[in-house]
Amino acid sequence: MNEFTLTAAIRKRNEKNQPAFIPYMMAGDGGLDILHERISFLAGTGADAIEIGIPFSDPVADGEVIQEAGCRALKIGVTLRKVMSELQSQPHEVPLVVMTYLNPVLAYGISEFAEACEQAGVKGLIIPDLPHEERGLLSDVLIGKDIALVPLISLISSTERIEKIAQAAEGFIYAVTVNGITGVRNGFDSNLMNHLEDLKQVSNVPVLAGFGIATPEHVREFSQITDGVIVGSAIVSAFHEGNLAMIQTLIEAGRTTVRQ
Amino acid sequence: MIQAVVGKGRYGRFGGQYVPETLMGALSELEEAHGEAMEDAAFIEELNGYLKDFVGRENPLYYAERLTKAAGGAKIYLKREDLNHTGAHKINNALGQALLAKRMGKQKIVAETGAGQHGVATATACALLGLECVVFMGKEDIRRQELNVFRMELLGTRVESVDKGAGTLKDAVNEALRYWVAHVEDTHYILGSALGPHPFPQIVRDFQQVIGQETKRQILDKEGRLPDAVVACIGGGSNAIGMFHPFIEEADVALYGVEAAGGGISTGQHAAAIAEAKEGVLHGAYMYVLQDDDGFIQEAHSISAGLDYPAVGPEHCHLHDIGRVHYTSATDAEALEGVQLLAQKEGIIPALESAHAIHFAFGLAKEMHPEEILVVCLSGRGDKDVQTVRDALGGGVQ
Repeated sequence: MNEFTLTAAIRKRNEKNQPAFIPYMMAGDGGLDILHERISFLAGTGADAIEIGIPFSDPVADGEVIQEAGCRALKIGVTLRKVMSELQSQPHEVPLVVMTYLNPVLAYGISEFAEACEQAGVKGLIIPDLPHEERGLLSDVLIGKDIALVPLISLISSTERIEKIAQAAEGFIYAVTVNGITGVRNGFDSNLMNHLEDLKQVSNVPVLAGFGIATPEHVREFSQITDGVIVGSAIVSAFHEGNLAMIQTLIEAGRTTVRQ
Repeated sequence: MIQAVVGKGRYGRFGGQYVPETLMGALSELEEAHGEAMEDAAFIEELNGYLKDFVGRENPLYYAERLTKAAGGAKIYLKREDLNHTGAHKINNALGQALLAKRMGKQKIVAETGAGQHGVATATACALLGLECVVFMGKEDIRRQELNVFRMELLGTRVESVDKGAGTLKDAVNEALRYWVAHVEDTHYILGSALGPHPFPQIVRDFQQVIGQETKRQILDKEGRLPDAVVACIGGGSNAIGMFHPFIEEADVALYGVEAAGGGISTGQHAAAIAEAKEGVLHGAYMYVLQDDDGFIQEAHSISAGLDYPAVGPEHCHLHDIGRVHYTSATDAEALEGVQLLAQKEGIIPALESAHAIHFAFGLAKEMHPEEILVVCLSGRGDKDVQTVRDALGGGVQ
């Protein structure tokens, strides 16, 4: 099979010596009717792909900001089904990556979900509670589809695990930069940069850093070492507060970083 | 529905390890440490020493003569887990896992609690072994179980209030998991029931099966044969799996698990995940889970906080599937009857959880022959529930 569209989009950015930038947004936060508007806005700022979060009742991998955005979306009745049907209603050029916990996918039906993703033009999936050992559950129904099952690798994944995960990785590797959940924080582990460099050595797909990346400084710092960054909570907050200029600032921080 | 999966920690198609990558290392470390510990005679000896001298095992298998007469059927025996230190079976697992944590060099413990029984048991084990402990507890449960919060604090544990969701057990597990993800390098998570990602269901079973092992030995002593039926209540299912496991291979022993039917299964206000028969993933395992059509997890409802969990441990799900255990349920009202029945016939106030089993067992005994034997796991004592029971009965005994 040819390279995944998602991988190609990241590489295209990297060829310009710029880091890829993938913003995360919570689908339905602020209403499902503005989903397309927000996707278009993020695409317009130059996002290389967009991560679409699906609200869930028990989001154990998420911190306060994304939990609260998910609660707001749940309160107005947003579900995986409704998001998929909304995504199917209007195509986007920018690759979309759906981030959802596993149980809504099981309730949707695994095969039906894979079909819906394909029809909606979804190019990648991130399932935080589906570790490498269990990925067969989804990868089996994605065979032959241009939908990358993006793995996460943590700071404390063993070398052996990292190699195993990297070998099977599709799309890109989501390098979790903290031990913990999503969210804005101040410090990063001192060994983090070494860890990310090691990861790049063993990976055949781009390595993007995510979790806790919230400021232009963070974006610049990680852009030096990785192939790009994922910014979640800071984008979710910016949308919620109507601070769209912040999103632009974050993206530009990456664009103006000179990568070695 | 997913098909049978070959993988770690599977009970038929149930179980597995559906957790964030950050926890996978800790789970494999735990699996290894647990495997080694169970093979290590010194560890088993240390555990058994504490079970004997600290917990007070073995506890009695008690012939409930007046209850038996009232039922007019099978001979009813009660396995007295309520006589353990801290008043329930929870200490068996809390102590075992705390020793395991110590063995792994982890000095810090995180746990969740619903009613507070597992929290108190964990706080107790941590005080005993000098471990630092934080317990997450839903805001609503903290309100309902104020004294247990103070008990934990008295034992030197920090109790963190969880105000997300409905502020009950499910939300406390979410928060404990988040905490564990962030502190996994020096912290062990003592999960309180036979739930969660592999190897937790197996660890909890290993530390709880002392219930069934003692029962087997005791009934052979007293009656010279195995019982015809064994009954236990099921929330996540830790006392039940501990009681059932040594009997699984004994085909002539009928096993009954009693779920909490709350206001009644048909009202939707219950905690009977097996009765509801919807499968899904929660807290790291594939199980029967109360959920809506969109896969959002629903709140469980039961008068008994210890059964107030929207799923049932993976091994029980499998035992249901293969028909080895019969799963049934008892409502809040039936549990309240069970409390009064045991209190007045035997002078034992059972925990509301255990009262579900008592109520079902009493009905079952009636249909059995006098020469038959029935054992009920009396998983905990009812002191903690006296206020709840009084409120539910409108202040007076019926």
